[in-house]
Amino acid sequence: MKLIVAIFREEKLSETLEALFRAEVRGLTVTHVQGHGGEIEPVETYRGMTVRMELNDKVRLEIGVSEHFVDATVQAILSAARTGEVGDGKIFVLPVEKIYRIRTGEEDTAAVTPVT
Amino acid sequence: MLEGLLVPGAVVETADTAWMLVATALVLMMTAALAFFYGGLVRTRNMLNTLAMSFVAFGCVGIAWALFGYSLAFSGARAFIGGGGHFLLERVGLDARGTIPHMLFMVYQGSFAIITAALISGAVVERMRFSAYLVFITAWSLLVYSPVCHWVWASSGWLMAMNALDFAGGTVVHVNAGIAALVAALLLGPRKDYGRRALLPHNVPFVLLGAGLLWFGWFGFNGGSALGASASAALAFTNTMLAPCATLVVWMGLDLLRSRRVTAVGLATAIVVGLVGITPAAGYISPRLAMVLGALVAFPSYFMILWRARTGIDDSLDVFSAHGIGGIAGALLTGVFANDYWGAPVDGGLQGNWGQVGVQAVGVVATLAYSGVMTFVLLKLINLVLPIRAEARDESMGLDIAAHGEEAYTRGEGAILVQGAKS
Repeated sequence: MKLIVAIFREEKLSETLEALFRAEVRGLTVTHVQGHGGEIEPVETYRGMTVRMELNDKVRLEIGVSEHFVDATVQAILSAARTGEVGDGKIFVLPVEKIYRIRTGEEDTAAVTPVT
Repeated sequence: MLEGLLVPGAVVETADTAWMLVATALVLMMTAALAFFYGGLVRTRNMLNTLAMSFVAFGCVGIAWALFGYSLAFSGARAFIGGGGHFLLERVGLDARGTIPHMLFMVYQGSFAIITAALISGAVVERMRFSAYLVFITAWSLLVYSPVCHWVWASSGWLMAMNALDFAGGTVVHVNAGIAALVAALLLGPRKDYGRRALLPHNVPFVLLGAGLLWFGWFGFNGGSALGASASAALAFTNTMLAPCATLVVWMGLDLLRSRRVTAVGLATAIVVGLVGITPAAGYISPRLAMVLGALVAFPSYFMILWRARTGIDDSLDVFSAHGIGGIAGALLTGVFANDYWGAPVDGGLQGNWGQVGVQAVGVVATLAYSGVMTFVLLKLINLVLPIRAEARDESMGLDIAAHGEEAYTRGEGAILVQGAKS
């Protein structure tokens, strides 16, 4: 079991979700976050004030998966969230000690197997 | 606008009355529009406080105007201030004043008093103690707005006697509020984070919505200042459309030269500056010159805004640059462009009467001096009993919660019901 955490461009969210659904990855959580990934900061002007925006809007996906879904999930995100420019984001794959499905009390792999 | 237009002994005309009823409602809407124009420019945590600063003017200034302000502006025969003849709306009835009911003239003028006081708030947002603000704008409307209004628009006013031209309030409203705003900003000091952090507008769409509604309302402000459904109103209406159009074009060009991009906040600002500029001239100059005026007023305001932001002067929403500088430029250009053919009581410089520019300058300087000094004195006096600056802690927390006990945008998460419906 792994927890896949991916942080990437907000504008790539829809494409990435589509790719994940095509790969039959269904259970996930989206958080809107802000971050800096080394990209060139956009400059904004408000009347006499010029500012450089150090933080950009990103999304953070959290997906708990069983072992044989890890590759498919990572590949889906890699291909869909990429633009090739600096600031595309990161994918972290973390080990998971225990998983419970709240509705049924199922544990571990059973808890992250999609309901058909 | 000129009380002098009001022919004694005339009867109430229905067409004039109909237009002035609509124009009054349009001007009243401008204060709500201004609230959103200003509100969008501040940070989320001060949104309600900023909206409230405009909306309370309806209450405080509206009542002050009906009880005392109108009389101080439009009664008596003195040159510097009106008398008590119309205190508590005494003898303000349905009889004709010009060709509209006297009462309608009073309430139309009241809508100007309300927005003029509210305009000042843009310079003091995010840090002024709300109770001190209430006292200030009420006193200011009686002791500053009413006298200046009397000078310029009452038949016995000394600037009226000099033929200083101010069709709809370039001096009375905009120079007056602009200098008061600058003085208030200087006395209050900059916001805690000013110059150290980027204090960004929290809702630019509101800024544009506010500017659009201000423009709409301004057709009542300038068009209504003809005090009737007349040719003069049609001219003022036309100029109120064309001048800001020209300001927009120039402003876009300046934005492009400066940052290679046209800014949305810039568009909203340009509309307001153009409207301010044409206000004193609206019923006195040709539409062609209105476009020239609109284009010209863009320059001083644009560069004043850029310069101001690099100083320690935290006129937070650039009230002085937009209304003060725009008002001064408009007042002086009125002296250049005014034309008897288009309805001005006297010709301006282009018609050979360059002395009119000097007369306009006297009106501007007198207003700057009186309003500036009185604003300073009033705020100093209020500060003796009620600190005009909010507590530092409240300023950090945001004045929405600190002063009003509300939030502009809350999702109610973590809110526990303390007192409500009995279950």
